[in-house]
Amino acid sequence: MPQKRRVVITGIGTTSAVGVGTESIWNALISGQSGAKLCHTFDMSGFSCPFVAQLAADQLDIKQFVPKSYRKATKVMARDIELAVAAAHEAVNDSGLVTKSHEAADGKITLPANRMGCQIGAGSIAAEENELTVAFASSQTADGEIDLSAWGSGGMNNITPLWMLKYLPNMLASHVSIIHDCQGPSNTITCGEASALLSIGESMRVIGRAAADCCLSGGVESKVNLMGVLRQFYSKRLATASLGDDPSTIIRPFHPSATGGMAGEGGAILVLEELESARARGAKIQVELAGFGASQSFCQDTVGIGVEADGAGIAQAIECALQEAGVKPADVDAIVPFGCGVPDIDASEAAGLRKVFGERVSKIPLVTISTVTGNCGAGFGAIAASVAVQCLRAQQLPARIQGGKSGESVGGVDGASIGARDAVLNTIVVTTTSLGGQNAAIVLRRIS
Amino acid sequence: MSEPRVVVTGMGWVTSLGHTVDGVWKRLMNSESGMAPITHFKAATFPTSFAAEVKPDFDYRTFLNDPKVHATTALNAQFALGAARQAWNQAGFHTHPPKDPRRVGLYLGAGEGVLDFDNYAGALISAWDATTQKVDGVRWAKAALARLEPLKEIEQEPNMSLAHLAREFGIRGPASNCLTACAASTQAIGEAFSMIRRGDADIMMSGGTHTMIHPLGVTGFNRLTALSTFKGDPTMASRPFCMSRDGFVMGEGSGMVILEKLEHAIARGATPLAEVIGYGSSADAFRITDIQPEGRGAAAAINAALQQAQIDPAAVGADGRPLIHYISAHGTGTKENDSIETRAVKVVFGERAKHIPMSSIKSMMGHLIAAAGAVEFMTCILAIQHGMLPPTRNHNDPDPALDLDYVPNVARKCAVDTCISNSFGFGGQNDTLVVTRYKAG
Repeated sequence: MPQKRRVVITGIGTTSAVGVGTESIWNALISGQSGAKLCHTFDMSGFSCPFVAQLAADQLDIKQFVPKSYRKATKVMARDIELAVAAAHEAVNDSGLVTKSHEAADGKITLPANRMGCQIGAGSIAAEENELTVAFASSQTADGEIDLSAWGSGGMNNITPLWMLKYLPNMLASHVSIIHDCQGPSNTITCGEASALLSIGESMRVIGRAAADCCLSGGVESKVNLMGVLRQFYSKRLATASLGDDPSTIIRPFHPSATGGMAGEGGAILVLEELESARARGAKIQVELAGFGASQSFCQDTVGIGVEADGAGIAQAIECALQEAGVKPADVDAIVPFGCGVPDIDASEAAGLRKVFGERVSKIPLVTISTVTGNCGAGFGAIAASVAVQCLRAQQLPARIQGGKSGESVGGVDGASIGARDAVLNTIVVTTTSLGGQNAAIVLRRIS
Repeated sequence: MSEPRVVVTGMGWVTSLGHTVDGVWKRLMNSESGMAPITHFKAATFPTSFAAEVKPDFDYRTFLNDPKVHATTALNAQFALGAARQAWNQAGFHTHPPKDPRRVGLYLGAGEGVLDFDNYAGALISAWDATTQKVDGVRWAKAALARLEPLKEIEQEPNMSLAHLAREFGIRGPASNCLTACAASTQAIGEAFSMIRRGDADIMMSGGTHTMIHPLGVTGFNRLTALSTFKGDPTMASRPFCMSRDGFVMGEGSGMVILEKLEHAIARGATPLAEVIGYGSSADAFRITDIQPEGRGAAAAINAALQQAQIDPAAVGADGRPLIHYISAHGTGTKENDSIETRAVKVVFGERAKHIPMSSIKSMMGHLIAAAGAVEFMTCILAIQHGMLPPTRNHNDPDPALDLDYVPNVARKCAVDTCISNSFGFGGQNDTLVVTRYKAG
């Protein structure tokens, strides 16, 4: 039997409410900074939570993240695509790979294009409302409704011919594949908040079966738009807060007083490589993707607003991942959970973690990132994974904020605040669960 | 130890030509078309006003154990439930359910849901501020909360078909949904196949479901000039590989298959319908608007699938025929796809290409977008079972530059053991499956 192809993480790139680049989110997490702020693109005060986790208007100039020859294509990039392209740029630079994006490289590209894959989880990208509405407004009836007949016969010409290509979920992977010339397997997983870890797991499988040696993998989404916020509200995931509240205390993962989450934007791309291939090019190898597991929860209501109370699906995904990694629950040094601050979901996740880790669940350090990221859907798991990588690299645990006193817990998972600290970290579990009931978990291991 | 073999033990579909495996197959054999004027919305003034819609005699509730559980189900999941039920029952799971639900997985290529268009557009218009040229968020929130219904919104998320299928069939194993445009369900089946080979599951329900026959779907494709704007009889509009082809015709529906580890299928006495032996996936990495003109990505996917299946495209069998007996083409009927797909097949098979029949059922049931690959994969299995090839309908004015055997107009008797099914997505994701007659041993 051929030897198992091991997969290592050689680069991470993150976009989140606190900016582009892994450093920005890492600094925020270490210093206990929140990502919540008022939305600068829309007035969100018509919803239960006016705060969002959004990059500042000047924090992402997409033209800086694409090669000169590709700048024209930025016109057809929806927000989600911009965030993905920026994250991929950061990840590739972090990995030391030279790809086609480095226009000056001139033949010094590290890996053959057909050995590079790309799996980027995505959400259903919201159409940019202003662009669409100005066109709709041109085809309205006397009482302000859309006039389909007028729309069909000419109104539709008010949107740009390439309009649809901005919003196809697979365009995240398409643009990233074009920029970095990834001609190997390419996929777009659309399973809500589980998308990114499912994508990372699939990349691991693609490399494992030798269909590629390297994959740009992760997930990105923006829910900071009208439809994103509406659907968060409708799925009972939005916190209750008012304009006068201190935004930094809105999201309280695993705390009994939590009221919900906030819409976020961002995600991360990870560079996954086959171990020997990474070694051969002299990559810095610090973290192995040692295990992956996935499962489907039972959804009583079929759509998953009512979560699986006993967390059985979450536990099953984590157990699969641990088994593949050959790791016992007792050997896990930290967990990056979903921890979105929605009471039902936190309780279900706590129950799932307890199934796997038993009483130790209250002792294992939790890294909760939703205070910074909000719920950025398909991007969430990728940021969680990149933060876990950073924990292993830095041998540090970030602060947990918005908690309470020690002993205040949800399902035995401690909700207490704690500052950043040094820690000996060898094995970290990352897990997410989606609206709709898909669960995914990965095990990351430090390679010294 | 070699990797396990993977067989298909059940399949089902819901299409414009019906919703039974045999019924649709018969109509494909008769070269019938499912195309007609659009009824889902008032499309009369749109550049394209016809499509291949699932007909009103399809009622998803008749396929369910307890329809009340799925009362809010949107169209994609309705199609998926209808197709999946056929597959599940054919596999025999309705009487003998899988022993361990955690060893049953799901991998779909299901599309995003249909926008509640009138209310969506109406809410936006009501919140439009002509002075700032922006939607007023607060006014929009008020209108949207009044007009857009919670469950209708949530059901539009692309992973909701997974949730419905898992609930109906008690599936608890790994579950994924991919949305690589028109390649999605081929990719889903390929990844599901790979998961069984790796041991992640014993059984995978896989396939796709999608409709884009809604105002913004037609708008989007019309603006891209991807749809046929044929002015005559809609059943003549889809003309793959013809000189006068002018775009694809939208279809809708679902194709679902049960993939199973061979040993598992044999142990429970199931009948393998066919065996999956190859899967290839690639990206053009070229342009988001165009296919790589030499068919580089398409050829890479086909080659990767053949390589996994250990089939030499240049070889011939004892009967003198190439080892691939039929190609279910992506065959959309756009100028670009049909010529580049033809080129890619020639790149891979060289001189042999002309001797491999290749047809497009999109000429009859339209383009099911994310679900297209699944129904085309099923067509390959039916071709193996029946020894018949589905035709390319409306092949009346062959494009002289396209010189393969497109099985024009009339179904053809042909001994078929091994087929490939191609799907190429907008954005450049390409996938190919190889499926062959199941032989014991």
